[in-house]
Amino acid sequence: MTRLLDITDLHVALPPESQRPYAVEAMNLHLEENEILCVVGESGSGKSLTARAVMGLLPKPRVRIAQGSVLFQGEDLAQASEERLRAIRGSEISMIFQEPMTALNPVMTIGVQIDEVFRFHDRMPGKERRRRALKLLQDVQLPDPEQTLKAYPHELSGGQRQRAMIAMALALDPKILIADEPTTALDVTTQAQVLKLIKEMQASHGTGVLFITHDFGVVADIADRVCVMQNGLVVETGTTDQVLRRPSHPYTKALIGAVPDLVPRPARARSSETVLRVRHLEKTYRSGGGLFGGKERVVHAANDVTIDLARGETLGIVGESGSGKSTVARCIVRLNDAEAGEILLGDTDLRPLGRAAMRPHRARIQMVFQDPFASLNPRTRIGKIIAQGPMMYGASAEAARARTLELLDIVGLDARAYDRFPHEFSGGQRQRIGIARALALEPEILVADEPVSALDVSIQAQILKLLDEIRDRMNLSMIFITHDLRVAAQVCDRIAVMQRGQVIEVGPTAELFANPTASYTRELLSAVPGKDWFSEPAISSETP
Amino acid sequence: MAFWKLFARNRGAVIGLVILVLITVMAATAGLFFPQDPFSLAGQPMSPPGENGFLLGSDSLGRDVAAGIAHGAKTSLLIGLLATLVAVFVGIVMGALAGYYGGFIDNLLMRLTEMFQTIPSFIFAILLVAIMKPSIESIVIAIAVVSWPAVARLVRGEFLSLRNREFVQACHTLGMSDLRIMLGEILPNCLSPVIVIGSLMVATAILIESGLAFLGLGDPNIMSWGFQIGAGRTLLRSAWWVCTFPGIAILLTVLAINLVGEGMNDALNPRLRERS
Repeated sequence: MTRLLDITDLHVALPPESQRPYAVEAMNLHLEENEILCVVGESGSGKSLTARAVMGLLPKPRVRIAQGSVLFQGEDLAQASEERLRAIRGSEISMIFQEPMTALNPVMTIGVQIDEVFRFHDRMPGKERRRRALKLLQDVQLPDPEQTLKAYPHELSGGQRQRAMIAMALALDPKILIADEPTTALDVTTQAQVLKLIKEMQASHGTGVLFITHDFGVVADIADRVCVMQNGLVVETGTTDQVLRRPSHPYTKALIGAVPDLVPRPARARSSETVLRVRHLEKTYRSGGGLFGGKERVVHAANDVTIDLARGETLGIVGESGSGKSTVARCIVRLNDAEAGEILLGDTDLRPLGRAAMRPHRARIQMVFQDPFASLNPRTRIGKIIAQGPMMYGASAEAARARTLELLDIVGLDARAYDRFPHEFSGGQRQRIGIARALALEPEILVADEPVSALDVSIQAQILKLLDEIRDRMNLSMIFITHDLRVAAQVCDRIAVMQRGQVIEVGPTAELFANPTASYTRELLSAVPGKDWFSEPAISSETP
Repeated sequence: MAFWKLFARNRGAVIGLVILVLITVMAATAGLFFPQDPFSLAGQPMSPPGENGFLLGSDSLGRDVAAGIAHGAKTSLLIGLLATLVAVFVGIVMGALAGYYGGFIDNLLMRLTEMFQTIPSFIFAILLVAIMKPSIESIVIAIAVVSWPAVARLVRGEFLSLRNREFVQACHTLGMSDLRIMLGEILPNCLSPVIVIGSLMVATAILIESGLAFLGLGDPNIMSWGFQIGAGRTLLRSAWWVCTFPGIAILLTVLAINLVGEGMNDALNPRLRERS
């Protein structure tokens, strides 16, 4: 085996006012030919900047390589000229990004973009370039390569775009492929396919792959070796087997322990009292059409959705993007207006109520949002964010303040948070604030729309635990929207699987996981990354 | 103080601010240094700068140019600020309603805005002042009428993007009223660009006011830089100082305001902070 990349004592310096002096500190790392090295870490661990340092794509001069060397086949990239780096990029080392929609140029066809790669680095006739482009698209298993060459990025699905990106990255048969969270934006089933493709392409070309991810499931599925990073430091390196089965560093242990188990937790007794009944809910989105003709597109986001929620239970709604799970949640809290059906809260049908008539019922159903960075008004103090709800419903200023302080305590935040602004808190803390806001009106039902999907794994576990505690303590019923079956297994009593606006299967979590009846459910379950590694209880039990 | 730090990173903005402060001080102390009416005949006509007791010379009727500039500063700043305040207020109301409610209201208000935008603004302002008779109020109204569409468009865009943000939706789920969401939640988050565009509008307003006064459409009882230039334009070859000094005053003021506006933009717009 030849060593492709050898990083020694790499320091990437951050601007002086940053939280720490180096984004990456004293990193030693190497990549062999024909292997997949996964760099794992939580947000802010420096894993993405490592990739950018190798590509010479650091946002200079504020972030720069301060010390150390990045040897690519004996050549130090840290010292290389901009021209040399440009020649290496794309032909010898290439990269695929997290979000294929933004990484591709929206006004150029896929064919032209692949063609560019050839034109910039090699001289060959147009026919030859086209033949090669077609071959590449065939290799990445895109359906109808001829058609795809002529397609614009928006005409492809997320998975197809990522395949096209991979085709571009591999166009000149690079020695190293750097993949920065390439499957994070994709659905589980697509993710499984893309991971398989990367692995196949890597094996047939003998490429060295530097794969950056935050997901240990993905690591388990794809990596030969693993490198774990924390706050800019490499804390552990080893083969996949070593790191996943016998982690030596406490941080690695904690990370692996935080990966939610795919085995559902024991079922709880279900109350016979139903608090919310959704009957035959319909919601469609229309686009196109209009003044200048064009075909109108109608998307059935909720198609005859019927679900029940018992008191004290957590109902999970799982599905891939576009399955309509968020639409259902938003219709229930009346952020969107459903066209037909009933939303029965107790005996009242919420669906036809106007804004004024809805107001007295608002407090009974509250929502926790997905993005902790967008869900808090950046210019409002935490105390006001939480207290304004009760005050609107007539609580006195003192009572609202007392309630807010109590809630801050319940969600595990310091009372000093009261006078601070959202930007002073981390993502997990903000999500706690969002939960406190939802609880301030003492709702009966909490609708949580992907409440942990924007959070790091270790924070995820804490928030899930908090939601569990709150549900028991306040006797809440919860609707929990998620795309992550691991998370669903850990918090949900029952699960409804949605596909293209329809609920295709509902059942208690354990039963549904053990004996899925719908083929789509089986597909979802088998696509969960790393299921063979993390389903064994031996690992999760020994972690702190 | 973090704001000042960011603002001070742009050296031009600091220079602009210093000039602006000096001009403001000049406007505020005009009555102290030049107690006489700037229209009064103070001495020999057509005196060059430095002669016959005139710091910046006198015009064809013996009026003191320096006094005119000092008193004119008051007019320019006052009209600039007032017109901008009115325009920003109208623009925020229109833009907020259009952006927040969308649909029919948005269409109606935006077509109205476009109607105002299609007429060349300076000619529109001349027309309005001519109809209303020249006075401070009519000039302020005319400038505000031609300036608000820009603010309305900006505010509409901000409201459009902010109204779908999760923190606004969270307020909906709390059952908050529309007015409270608009004023308390969305508006504070789009004030930065409004402040920036407002500061630049002051400069434009001063220019329009000078232009109107130059054409003789200014308030006849109030000294203004544009009026001075208009009065001196026939003497440009024999008495250069009558036009030149008010012209420099306009140039410096507008430049200073633009510099300050740009500095505010750098300081208030976080996306551009990392650029330098």
